[in-house]
Amino acid sequence: MEFKRIAITEKAIKVLNKLKEKYGELIFHQSGGCCDGSAPMVFEEGDMYLDDSDILLGQLEGVNYYMNQDQFEYWKHTHLTVDITEGRGSSFSLEIPLGVRFIIHSRLLTDEENVELNK
Amino acid sequence: MAYSKPKFKDKYGNFINGKFVAPVGGQYFDNTSPIDNTLIAKYPRSQKEDVDNAVAAANAAKDAWGNTSVTERAAMLNKVADLIEANLEEFALVETCDNGKPIRETLNADIPLAIDHWRYFAAVIRAEEGSATELDANTLSMNIKEPLGVIAQIIPWNFPLLMLSWKMPPALAAGNCVVLKPAEQTPSTATLLLEKIADVFPPGVINIIHGFGPEAGKPLASHSGVDKVAFTGETTTGQLIMQYASKNLNPVTMELGGKSPNIFFNSVMDEDDAFLDKAIEGAVLFAFNQGEVCTCPSRLLVQEDIYDAFMERVVARTKAAIQANPYDVNTMVGAQASNDQYEKILSYIKIGKEEGAKVLTGGEACKLEGELANGFYIQPTILEGHNKMRVFQEEIFGPVLSVTKFKDEAEAIAIANDTLYGLGAGVWTRDAHQLYQIPRAIKAGRVWVNCYHAYPAHAPFGGYKKSGFGRENHLMMMNHYRQTKNMLISYDKNKLGFF
Repeated sequence: MEFKRIAITEKAIKVLNKLKEKYGELIFHQSGGCCDGSAPMVFEEGDMYLDDSDILLGQLEGVNYYMNQDQFEYWKHTHLTVDITEGRGSSFSLEIPLGVRFIIHSRLLTDEENVELNK
Repeated sequence: MAYSKPKFKDKYGNFINGKFVAPVGGQYFDNTSPIDNTLIAKYPRSQKEDVDNAVAAANAAKDAWGNTSVTERAAMLNKVADLIEANLEEFALVETCDNGKPIRETLNADIPLAIDHWRYFAAVIRAEEGSATELDANTLSMNIKEPLGVIAQIIPWNFPLLMLSWKMPPALAAGNCVVLKPAEQTPSTATLLLEKIADVFPPGVINIIHGFGPEAGKPLASHSGVDKVAFTGETTTGQLIMQYASKNLNPVTMELGGKSPNIFFNSVMDEDDAFLDKAIEGAVLFAFNQGEVCTCPSRLLVQEDIYDAFMERVVARTKAAIQANPYDVNTMVGAQASNDQYEKILSYIKIGKEEGAKVLTGGEACKLEGELANGFYIQPTILEGHNKMRVFQEEIFGPVLSVTKFKDEAEAIAIANDTLYGLGAGVWTRDAHQLYQIPRAIKAGRVWVNCYHAYPAHAPFGGYKKSGFGRENHLMMMNHYRQTKNMLISYDKNKLGFF
């Protein structure tokens, strides 16, 4: 069985597909702290400079999901599910004009997942 | 005493070139109040064309504005302060409606502080001087500080008028024109300000653009017509703005996130006196502004030998905090600023519980009655755990305190610095040595010693580590908005002799 660190809800997929139609290739980047932080941000591929310090957590509907490695150290024992909620962030994340905001639901990795993913 | 929701117009415009104008594309968005989730008004959903117009207006105004005397500029800044002060209650009420924070905070903290920042920079430019050095008997090196030109400013929603007042006065005082984008959650007090001060500055000196980050914020931050970008917000957006600025080789200042430790040494409980009472309040300040503060003291570190006794009082004081209608002057904890904030905070409380944190108080949403039932309220929450948990490491931006204990000074410092951020910290002790040595060992730009959450003008504020760079609220911010013209003057009549 294949273990994954991330998942996405059906509702969030619909929004993601709408954004793909408008903008083309996308990426997710998990933001750090402050007002609109600690939330997934979605950008056009190539908009954000990424390097070895950005960890690829996996793909959601073909969209790469990255997190900075410093932050990853504190997150790696948790599983993330991308969901969508009504609301309004003030970052540059592309879904914001739609009046919705991607959010994260987290749970602890099971022992089995933890062994497999963090070996 | 309780206020009620203020009156608004149906819709508002951008402020460009000295007047309110409709967005070019004719699109607006609904701005709602988090107190009861009702409509406030429609604000422009600006696009690149609106940003272009604002940047063009600022560029047209910058040469004349940069050559105004400091006497004139100081007088204008003071006039803004006077106009806010004359309408303090109206500003406080609009701010509370737009952000959800209690009226006692806007009346006594947000708006009075905003006023003082305008006055501080009006005073600073009358007192500061450039420099000149006689390098030898015939050579004078003279440093003249010149404005950069046009400044783009992007501010958050947690202290809308105050953040505007941290950003605009130093930029204007330094002789720059400004294009500012308020956060889309809280466009109201910036608009009210421009209604009050529309005629104070020449057209084009101040411009306000409303709208969403990807549609208006990005074109502003990446605009080749601006000379500097100042940003307060979160880390990923900060990185993007720095990227965009690098294309224009523009300087930036960044005030980003935090996960500030608030450290209590055992001597605070040596006496049961006024100072201990102040210290307990200092620990409960995590709930100030519903925790929506970059410097929220969200990690509480308590020395182990006083832990139980101290926490008993902190929990009791937290439970005593009145969470009710934000328009009521007795209310201490109001609404979170938006639904997505509300959802995010609840999801953090959930992962905290899953990671094994023990809930000492709160831990859930707060259901208020009547019209407030649709608002976004969360109980002040204290989670007991350890510093490796996600609730100790990530900025929740809500009324959620993560508490742990430490054995000695070395452990306190180690936990305090075990974070990606370095914006604020608090140190509480009666020990004269700790008062100096512990703050020096903490890697943060602002360490409050036996106090917390004070933000006076004249005390520089800014971050270490991933909390950003630049120092606001102080004369030194002026130099983030200026460049130095060095005039190297020779009074020697004789040639060099090379040619």
